[in-house]
Amino acid sequence: MSGESSARMRTILLHAGAVAMALWILVPIYFITAAAFSTQEAVFGYPKPLVPQISTGTLEFFLGASGVLPSFRRSVVVAFVTLGLAVAIGTPAGYALARFRFRGSDTFRLLIVSTRAFPIVILSIPLAVTFIRFGIDDSSFGLALMHTALALPFTVLVTSSVFAGISEELEEAAMTLGCNRLTAFRKVVLPLALPGLAAAAIFTWIISWNEVFAASILTLRNRTLPAQVLAALTQSPLPFQFAGGFVLLAPALVVIFVIRKYLFSLWGRVSR
Amino acid sequence: MAGQTSTAPAGVAARRPPEPDRRRGAARAQLLPYWLVLPTLLYVVAFFAWPMVQAFGLAFLGEDGGPTLEHVRTMVGDVQFTSALTFTLLLLVVILPVQFAVALTMALLVNNTRLRARGLFLYIYALPLAVSELAAGIVWFAIFTQQGYLNSVLERVGLIDVPFIWLDYRAPEQLLLAVVLAEVWRATSFVMIILVAGLQGIPRDYLEAAEVFGAGLLTRVRRVILPMLKPSIQVALIFRTILAFQVFATVIALTGRGATVLTAEAYRWQTDVRDPNVAAAYAGLILLLSIVSTAVILRLTRTPPEQRMV
Repeated sequence: MSGESSARMRTILLHAGAVAMALWILVPIYFITAAAFSTQEAVFGYPKPLVPQISTGTLEFFLGASGVLPSFRRSVVVAFVTLGLAVAIGTPAGYALARFRFRGSDTFRLLIVSTRAFPIVILSIPLAVTFIRFGIDDSSFGLALMHTALALPFTVLVTSSVFAGISEELEEAAMTLGCNRLTAFRKVVLPLALPGLAAAAIFTWIISWNEVFAASILTLRNRTLPAQVLAALTQSPLPFQFAGGFVLLAPALVVIFVIRKYLFSLWGRVSR
Repeated sequence: MAGQTSTAPAGVAARRPPEPDRRRGAARAQLLPYWLVLPTLLYVVAFFAWPMVQAFGLAFLGEDGGPTLEHVRTMVGDVQFTSALTFTLLLLVVILPVQFAVALTMALLVNNTRLRARGLFLYIYALPLAVSELAAGIVWFAIFTQQGYLNSVLERVGLIDVPFIWLDYRAPEQLLLAVVLAEVWRATSFVMIILVAGLQGIPRDYLEAAEVFGAGLLTRVRRVILPMLKPSIQVALIFRTILAFQVFATVIALTGRGATVLTAEAYRWQTDVRDPNVAAAYAGLILLLSIVSTAVILRLTRTPPEQRMV
């Protein structure tokens, strides 16, 4: 009897703990969302209502603020250029790491691993000087080059783990049936790898969308959204800050929803 | 020279066995991986290796092109230097243990088969994974600012009458706490995902055996789970430590200029003071700290050979 009730107690505690942790994550997201969808008066008001009267006034004020819409567009463009470059350059390397044992492959992998989480500070300061020399300072293209450097190690390692998850035998079977390596890749491997590659690409996009340090250093008049928000943050009224926070946050939440099935193939295998 | 180039292929051809086409195909296939990694390698050289060399040039070369410690001295002698270094290290020391405790709790929760809707909980815990430092900073600013949500809630339940100033620049420990909460909120999911992946690698029998022998939850965590999670913990620890030295936008969003960190100082020297040399010195310091701490973590978490499992 006591054993059964203590087991029930434990199950209740387990669920209570899980819910408490979920609230720790969700409540701050709820607050910023509520703030962004309040009227401007409510944003200035105190104490704030916990359930707001829904209004788009605060968001409209933010999007109408000078420089916000162009920087929003620029952020989207830079993120797509980064995605294109990182996938085009990194995917072949990921495939090579997954399929071939070649001399230097371990060194190459180690090199890529050690450039993940590399301090962007040490790259962006000299690049600011270099970009002026090449005439791509304060440009979306220059920033996309920098963001590609930041995203590339991630792209290589993740695409490598995606390809490693696809049986090599399928590829060999296709090759014995008359495909060469390229057509075997195109007709057999690629369709199977596509969802995983798409998840990797989507995350590459958000790496660029989120990046603020290099963006603030490398651009001045042509700022991306995070750089614009950061530069204006301390002199801006609360509606600008709250709506800005929400607009920066929202794509991140959408991205995690879209790639939720791939969380482990994107991060779980970093230790291997 | 012309003679050499013409004899070499002939010599190879002479030794070549009957199927020359196949052989050439095989040689090309051997080169294939190198062609595939070449673009990445070139990009890494152009955008990692070369800027790094340049950064060291900026930090350690004087105007005459000779080596100098002048910029490093300027950095260390600056009034903000000590507070930036202290705040960065304090953040690291406070955040990491809290973060790993929270991440382990989350990981154990979603790994428990008795929990319903595990997928949903895992998804919720993973939500901040793609959230930027800046967004997280603003989210927690909305909570801690004077007319923010924390004070609103406290006032509504009657705990305070006047809004409390949480982000008080005269109270550095309050600023530290705010940044710690924001960073733990944002960056814990990364650790959690790595730990869940590690937990899934622990054979169920081990845990069941420990339970059969009467080990309570804490004993199981300490004696079975943590030792088996060691490789995952090591990876997560290295990543989180390196990234903690780069904390930037969270601090600015929450504290304005009330507190400063190493990257914020690099940014200030680069954009406000317009002295890329001192900015590069800060960058070099951040890189040095990252390398040293990685070495320390690798050494501290080293598994003696006799404890290694397959």
